[in-house]
Parts: sequence; C-alpha cells; structure tokens
Amino acid sequence: MTRHPPQPHDDDLACQAVVEIVGDYLEGALAPAERRRLEAHLESCPYCTEYVEQMRTIGRSLRGLDRDTIAPERRDALVAAFRGWREP
Amino acid sequence: MEPTRATRPHALAARGDAEVIDALRAGDEATFRALVDLHSPALLRVAMASVPSRAVAEEVVQETWIAVIRGLDGFERRSRPGSSAANLALKGGGRERRSVPFSALATGDDPDAPSVDPDRFLPADHARFPGHWALGPTRWPTPEEGLLAGETRAVIVSAIDALPEAQRTVIALRDVEGWPAEDVCEALGISPGNQRVLLDRARARARAAVERHYGAVERTEGEGAVTPRPLGGTTQQPMEPGP
Repeated sequence: MTRHPPQPHDDDLACQAVVEIVGDYLEGALAPAERRRLEAHLESCPYCTEYVEQMRTIGRSLRGLDRDTIAPERRDALVAAFRGWREP
Repeated sequence: MEPTRATRPHALAARGDAEVIDALRAGDEATFRALVDLHSPALLRVAMASVPSRAVAEEVVQETWIAVIRGLDGFERRSRPGSSAANLALKGGGRERRSVPFSALATGDDPDAPSVDPDRFLPADHARFPGHWALGPTRWPTPEEGLLAGETRAVIVSAIDALPEAQRTVIALRDVEGWPAEDVCEALGISPGNQRVLLDRARARARAAVERHYGAVERTEGEGAVTPRPLGGTTQQPMEPGP
C-alpha cells in the first residue's frame, strides 16, 4: 500500500469509530443503515478496508489451530463405556 | 478400528445429525470415536472456563460423554448437521460442575476497552481528520492460507494464549472449533452482544500481534497536519493494550 492521506469521507464516520463496529459488521449484526454507512466509509478508506480484511482473515484462518483435548486414557475409557452400552 | 472416510472427524461434521445418531444407536464404535475426537476439544474449552483445574475439566468432559451414551436412546433425531452433537453433549451434563459462571469471567474484561489503541488515531480535536488513522494498517506479506503455516503460527498461538480467559474461550469455540454464535452463547450462558464483543476483542488482539510481527503499519499523511506522535515511526511497536 502506498502512503495514503486520511481521506475526507462523505460519511461522518471516523476510522476510530469504524473499528469499534467491525465486530458487529462481520457478524452481520449491524442495522442496515449502519452497515451501509460503514460500507460507504470503506469505499474511500484503504486503511479501514485493510483492517476489516485482516479481522476477517484472522477469523477464517484459525480453524483447527492447536486443538487440545482429553487424555488418551480418558478417550479409551469412553470407548469402553460405549462398547458396554452396546453390549449390556 | 481405523477411521473410515465417513468417520474421520471432519467427514463426521458433514454428516447429518440423524445419520450420526442412528449410527451411534446401532453401536458404531468408529462413529463414536470420531464424535469424541471432533467435539472433545471444544467441550474441554468450555469446561476449562468454568472449573478450577485441567483435571476436573477433563472429568467434566468425560462425564458429559457418559451422559451422551446413557441418553442415546432418548435423543431427538435432528436435521441440522455438524453442531448438534456438541449441543447434545452440552445438554448431557457439562454444566453441572461449573464453579465459576462464565458470565462472571466475561465481565472481568472491560467491554468498553477499545478494539484498537487510541494512539493509532488522530486526536478528536484534529483540524481536518479527527479520529482517522494516524498509523494505518498495511497489507500482510503472507497470504491468508499461509498464516498458520509459517512463523506467524507461533505469533498467533502466543497472542491467543495471552488473552483473558473469556476472550480465549470464545475465539477458540468460534474460530478454532467453528461453532456458530448461537451455540457459543448457549454453551457459555452469555448474550449475543457479549459474545460478539469478546470475539471482536480476541480477534483484534490476534490481528495486532500479526501486525506487530510484520511491522505492517504506515504513518498516514494529511496536509502536513499530522503531528508526529511518539509511536516510533513504522517500526514494530506495542500498539494494543496488553492482556
């Protein structure tokens, strides 16, 4: 990204306010009017656009990361219990 | 028994719940193993957020699965794939030994704390661009699919480990385990709004850690009116409040 001046936006949203509603935006929890206002801001602000994209990327990229689980002996005990239920 | 294609954990997630429950009722051990492997990490996350020790948390998970086994004949056949096995498990008894309500943990983290360090923005009394980025985020050099393949993996793991417990639990369930929001709210007993705030703060801190790692910021220019701020230029600086 080349250096970019802060843009005078047509909307009245400041970037500092934008980052506080990005979470609701990504979760689809913004009211339609608020969502349109945010999207209008994004059209003219490369920094906020990058921020939103990075937040989206973080959310999408963690799947399966370091899944800690129960000890193998507990898992084995559960399988034995399941077998016992099957064959009372 | 080796997992077959249909009983590998991720394949299991794609099978309908009714099919999974029918297989369990028929005594299909491979399906049960796959179910335990698929959902135990999330159940452990939930349990660890509410009981005093890892050992007790594992006991809670174990008891939850025992309750699932005992309840097999009574489960409803549901149609929504993927998540309801965890729901069934949670309803099976995972909450009974909770010693600290999750909502109490969640309030321990200031919900009004900003997502991004206020020093990253021009001041509210700035003549032309109040509240706009002073030090803006720039593109990361690693593509999305490479984030967890390279050295950034350790950066992200470390950032998540350092999160307050409520945030760590929510990001683990939503983004690591892939639970839908409503299941997380139900399992943890928190409101949708609270869940969103915790998730946003957690992602924001993970994002900031990656940003620091890459030094992926640049000072914005604005009519020469951007007052230099003590942020150290475009080099890596702590930009977010610590955990």
